[in-house]
Amino acid sequence: MTPLTAYLLVAALLFAIGLAGALTRRNAILVLIGIEMMLNAANLNLIAFWRYGPHPEALTGMMFAIFSIAVAAAEAAVGLGLVISIHRHAHTTDVDLMNRMKG
Amino acid sequence: MGFVFYVIVALTLAGALAAVLLKNTVHCALALTVAFAGLALQFLELDAQFAGFAQILVYVGAVAILVVFAILLTRGSETPKDGVFSRTWLAGLAIAAAVFAVLGWAVLGSAQALPGPGGARTAPPTVTVLQIGNALMSRYVLPLEIVALLLTAALIGAVMVAMHEKAGTQ
Repeated sequence: MTPLTAYLLVAALLFAIGLAGALTRRNAILVLIGIEMMLNAANLNLIAFWRYGPHPEALTGMMFAIFSIAVAAAEAAVGLGLVISIHRHAHTTDVDLMNRMKG
Repeated sequence: MGFVFYVIVALTLAGALAAVLLKNTVHCALALTVAFAGLALQFLELDAQFAGFAQILVYVGAVAILVVFAILLTRGSETPKDGVFSRTWLAGLAIAAAVFAVLGWAVLGSAQALPGPGGARTAPPTVTVLQIGNALMSRYVLPLEIVALLLTAALIGAVMVAMHEKAGTQ
């Protein structure tokens, strides 16, 4: 198994764990944690392809990963702000109970 | 594929599994920090020093603290009576397993077509922070500005969404 294949498999496993967390947990914060984990698995793919790709000096994969980290940070801030806001309105963070958009 | 690789992978996957499976939400956040740190170590092992340290700064430093604050502000550390998993957890687990099966099948099936060394490890690319800065300021300057705008909008938006509404309508 080449190193690239091993990294891709690790990233796939991490993505699956994050997806399972996002789909099965009740707490909205843990759903966000699962989404962050999936984004990180994608970043690992980008960095692995950059490292073992034919033109690492072009920096494309590295730049993609850095911008992806910045976008994920913004997403986490807005998502957690939404969870806090919903908790203030509905007094719950259980996604099974959040079934209406009316305040 | 040395010993270090397996140790880092085991650390990352154990942290990720604990973050998904543990009952106490604060423990989940701490396990998530371990998983993020393991990923940063993998970036460092892939010779991506800048991305590795950016990962430590952003995820281990900022996002983990943000998650812990959100958990404490929403009193999410109390374990709910009817379990931490959703009613449809079996379907979610099946979807995740199917996604992993498809991804693993695709990766293993395309192993011949992937770039990279067959046996010999290529020399690590020498990338300095100077090169990254030059690239950010020349070729990638438009994405950089867009990310700056996005971060500003996210900052203002998160504050507006989470702000108390006492001053406004009520």
